[in-house]
Amino acid sequence: MPKTSNDAFFWGLFSAGGTLAAILVPIHLFLFALAFPMGWLSEPTYSSLMDTVRLPLVRVYLFVLCSLPLFHWAHRFRFTLYDGLQIKHLNEVIFACCYGGAIAGTAVAGWLLWNI
Amino acid sequence: MENHPANPLPHYTEYHPRWYRQRVSTYWWLGRWPYLRFILRELSSLAVAYFVALTLAQIYALSQSPQMYAELQEWLRQPAAVALNVVVFLFAVFHTVTWFAAAPKAMAVRMRGKRVPEWAVAAPNYAAWLVASAAVTWFLLRG
Repeated sequence: MPKTSNDAFFWGLFSAGGTLAAILVPIHLFLFALAFPMGWLSEPTYSSLMDTVRLPLVRVYLFVLCSLPLFHWAHRFRFTLYDGLQIKHLNEVIFACCYGGAIAGTAVAGWLLWNI
Repeated sequence: MENHPANPLPHYTEYHPRWYRQRVSTYWWLGRWPYLRFILRELSSLAVAYFVALTLAQIYALSQSPQMYAELQEWLRQPAAVALNVVVFLFAVFHTVTWFAAAPKAMAVRMRGKRVPEWAVAAPNYAAWLVASAAVTWFLLRG
């Protein structure tokens, strides 16, 4: 059997995460990192935020919103180090750290959202 | 190696000869704007990773107590954190714009044998961005 490449699989995750990040990350960052803490918009109360996060669909949404963009990061950052900084001798270590980080982040997201 | 009369016996070595390759500087991307733009686009992935880390921290603080969530919000009000978040936000928008600009190049859509113009492929992406942003904002502020 010919040796098959995993490139298509990782590129698929990169692409899906990149699209999700393109559409949703700017508004989430704007609201939760700037507008709400700075009081530009009136922030939902703690209890209403809690109620929202506990909705099953919102948990699934947040899980996907955390996980897929991490795989996008893993792929892109791996090649940033590879092409930009030309760190080629540490290829396996970089691969393990990037995808390991994405898997760990996914696990943390799953654990947090399951238990909240 | 060619068997030239002046060099009758080709010289064989056990190892592969080294290629001649000019060393490229680590900072090759600083010289020209398109190269720098490429590296900035690649670095936007760090903004994406930061967003996930911040979101997870906020969910964690939310799950712990109202005090912990308030402390995290307080931390986000520091000038240094605001400056960082503004830069991260700009990188996130840069990711969106470059991602949408790349879509028509990755997908050559054809209709009736003709290539659909790039703006027609990119426009639905921008529409989806607007609709999704409005939906998230409405959902959170619906009262």
